[in-house]
Amino acid sequence: MSAQTTGPRAVVDIQDLTVTFSTDGGDVRAVRGVSLSVAPGEVLAVVGESGSGKTVTARSILGLLPSTATTEGAVLLSDRAIRDEVEGADDSGTPVVDVTRLRPSLLRKVRGRDAAMVFQEPSSVLNPVFPVGWQIAEGLRAHANVSRAEARERAIEALRQVGIPDPEHRVDHYPHQFSGGQKQRIVIAQALVLDPGLIIADEPTTALDVTVQAEILELLRRLPKELGTAVVLITHNMGVVADLADRVAVMYDGEIVEQADVQTLFRAPRHEYTKALLEAVPKIGARARVTEPARSVVDASAPAADAPAPVVEARGLRITYPGRLRQPAFVAVDGVDLSIAPGEVLGLVGESGSGKTTIGRAIAGLTPVSGGSLEVLGVEMNGVKERQFRPVRRRIGFVFQDPATSFNPLLTIAQCVAEPLVVHGVARDASAARPRVDELLEAVQLPRAFGDRFPHELSGGQRQRASLARALALDPELLIADEPTSALDVSVQARVLELFGRLQEELGFACLFVSHDLAVVDLLADRIAVLHRGVLVEEGTGDQVLADPQHAYTQRLLASLPVPDPVEQAGRRERWAALR
Amino acid sequence: MTSTTPAAPAAPSAPAAPEAPQRRGRPAGSPLLRYLLVRFLLIFPTILILVSVVFVMLRLTGDPITAALGGRLTPDQLQERIHEAGYDRPIVVQYLDYLGSIVRGDFGTTISDNRPVTQVLLTYGTATLELVVYGMLVALLIGIPLGRIAASRRDSGGDATLRVASILAYATPVFFLGMLLKLVFSVWLGVLPVSGRASTISTLKMSREGSSTGIYLIDAISTGDGAVISDVLQHAILPAVTLGLITGGIFLRLVRTNVMGTLATGYVEAARSRGVGERRLLRKHAWRPALIPIITVIGLQTALLLSGAVLTETTFEWKGLGFQLVQYLLARDYVAVQGMVALIAVIVALTNFVVDVIAALIDPRIRY
Repeated sequence: MSAQTTGPRAVVDIQDLTVTFSTDGGDVRAVRGVSLSVAPGEVLAVVGESGSGKTVTARSILGLLPSTATTEGAVLLSDRAIRDEVEGADDSGTPVVDVTRLRPSLLRKVRGRDAAMVFQEPSSVLNPVFPVGWQIAEGLRAHANVSRAEARERAIEALRQVGIPDPEHRVDHYPHQFSGGQKQRIVIAQALVLDPGLIIADEPTTALDVTVQAEILELLRRLPKELGTAVVLITHNMGVVADLADRVAVMYDGEIVEQADVQTLFRAPRHEYTKALLEAVPKIGARARVTEPARSVVDASAPAADAPAPVVEARGLRITYPGRLRQPAFVAVDGVDLSIAPGEVLGLVGESGSGKTTIGRAIAGLTPVSGGSLEVLGVEMNGVKERQFRPVRRRIGFVFQDPATSFNPLLTIAQCVAEPLVVHGVARDASAARPRVDELLEAVQLPRAFGDRFPHELSGGQRQRASLARALALDPELLIADEPTSALDVSVQARVLELFGRLQEELGFACLFVSHDLAVVDLLADRIAVLHRGVLVEEGTGDQVLADPQHAYTQRLLASLPVPDPVEQAGRRERWAALR
Repeated sequence: MTSTTPAAPAAPSAPAAPEAPQRRGRPAGSPLLRYLLVRFLLIFPTILILVSVVFVMLRLTGDPITAALGGRLTPDQLQERIHEAGYDRPIVVQYLDYLGSIVRGDFGTTISDNRPVTQVLLTYGTATLELVVYGMLVALLIGIPLGRIAASRRDSGGDATLRVASILAYATPVFFLGMLLKLVFSVWLGVLPVSGRASTISTLKMSREGSSTGIYLIDAISTGDGAVISDVLQHAILPAVTLGLITGGIFLRLVRTNVMGTLATGYVEAARSRGVGERRLLRKHAWRPALIPIITVIGLQTALLLSGAVLTETTFEWKGLGFQLVQYLLARDYVAVQGMVALIAVIVALTNFVVDVIAALIDPRIRY
């Protein structure tokens, strides 16, 4: 594999890079013979799933690997300090530094100046105890003698550049005083203020809501155009790739399996893995609408005219969290009406803070209801006593978002799955429940032997299947799934969703499917309800809500969602800009 | 399911909703003031509870007169003294009476040597205060720089050595360490005084020429005599080091753990990725956020330092609260003991308030 230099000279030229981590279990080669190059002003997307080596590759550009890593090959970074002096240096004579061989003191000088990084989680990469202006200025001070006044001036300028309103005033504020999207803008400002030739953006929008993501993508798109900055974009989101990238490198298991310009890659993927990856991405409207026959089965069991009594019925549901120190209570859910019929899947969509998880928790009896009425399997939850709710609880299953933390690490999978059976007195102990556990594991397509393993011995997708098995252990009438696939890779997510849909059809349980991902919800739900700041703004079948959204927020939400098709996305971008 | 009115006025779908600035923190200090006021008011219930617990605990064993003088006086004499002091009244009345006199600053009169407890507290409290301040200084001087070094060289030989040393320091009993230091520096090397707060000459000089704050360093400086100052300082070294080493060992571990934690955070890595040097990362970026939990624990340690002071004072005959507390305990003078414990409770409550103030100054999330 040789480096493809697309421009006159590359900002970064990775040549045959191999990164090996020495671990207790022997050496692990995370990156194998990767060659990449990025031209000035170009956006290169490196895509792949977790463990594919894309982040390790990106971090090696700045020499940010832990001491357990050994690198072979070369990472040639165009040296800006020299680049500025030698105006118009030709291709052959471009001064470059090999990052992999730099002494620590020189490496420090390269970092930020020649290439700067934008990280995934803006809340965790901003220091909570320093003002944002100081943090922006720190980068400047690391590379040059800058006076306090000048550093402040340039920090204000950088904040203005990334679209923080009132930067003269905001420069002295602390990170917790900004919203998530603004924090990511500040992180980008920290990189921009150093005027690097290259910005490495590692999953820059993964932690953000869709509508905020659209804003940040818009900002990132301006960089190459206005400043000539090249961007290496690390992401697993094919929609983001289609929206932003000029060229794409697909990584799988430490290697680059395919490299192409963005149009070619989406139109005609060559490698099998790329094809599978693109196929696994859930797309809105992709589902063949098979719900009608499925629904008629349910309806047949009940009198045709009168719909069966709903499993969940909320009227004017209001949930508040008490405020701290006599501050007013926080209203998480405000006057929501919704209902779930037996055997129906209701998709509850919203961004962070919309109250979707709170509703799920209230239905499961985990959060008290403050006002209105919420009837779950015939029990009124407003003011319910634990004793009244207990018999209902066994008829409800719950699947949590993060399969890594929802299992007790000290119990085997079989013990975890058996827990609801034991707690509700169906089985005496975990071993007595084993036949049922085996049955459940089989239903979620896990080998029986996995029952004897511990949670950490399973992959994320396998754990989420086990979590599904646990939720289904008591054959519930209602399943609440709170973002069950958001922590999973796209291809794993596709398999879990498929399994989920099949089980739902077979077992016929009603389901509240909570997610921030419209496409995922569209895949499974019979009806979709859209929440915005605790208020239900729109509700209807998938076709109604997604094809013809009525509420301004739903429209904005849909328009913000980047679709994995560069041509279509370019058109959508314009419509989104009109809606802003 | 009717709530689908497109332009629902109730829905706050204001312009650019997701990025609306969160203007809850104006630099003006009203939330900070409220925070500090609440913390300050919390001092009073804390002290009330502590004083009440001490009162109940001591009274469970009977009245103070019998405890102190029982066996030495005839039952009739005892009864008379008990009646005089009002210890035969209902316990609730005594309790309210006690609380009332505390509010007036009256802690009663000691039984064994018939002194006002308030005076005892003032005299010996200052001595203890001086020792605790010295001990805290030594602890901070040891704990903070060495903890930072250990954190930055994690798992190196130096780190391991410091960790073992810190365990040794805080696992060693105070009196043993005190004896050991005395043996080496006072007996073998003969460079430092064995015990006491000052030599007799210095004490005389201070009482004649100096101020009478009870804090010897201030009194010594006010005499303007270099020999007195040097003498007072020499007497302070061993007790301060004894007390400080123990707490310093704990501080070292505390600083090491917290700085290691913040060194591993995303924001330190992010600053590193922009070229900030390792030393500055340690001293600024990782240090300030690590300081928040450190300050809190240092506040809690003050209580431990005070109990350590009791043993240190006894070992070095440093005539402070702890030294005197032991005397009164041996004499079973519960009125005096009660007053001293109450004072210690007040000191601990006040320290925790100061810690809350400092934490608020460091952590902007409390401040705004």
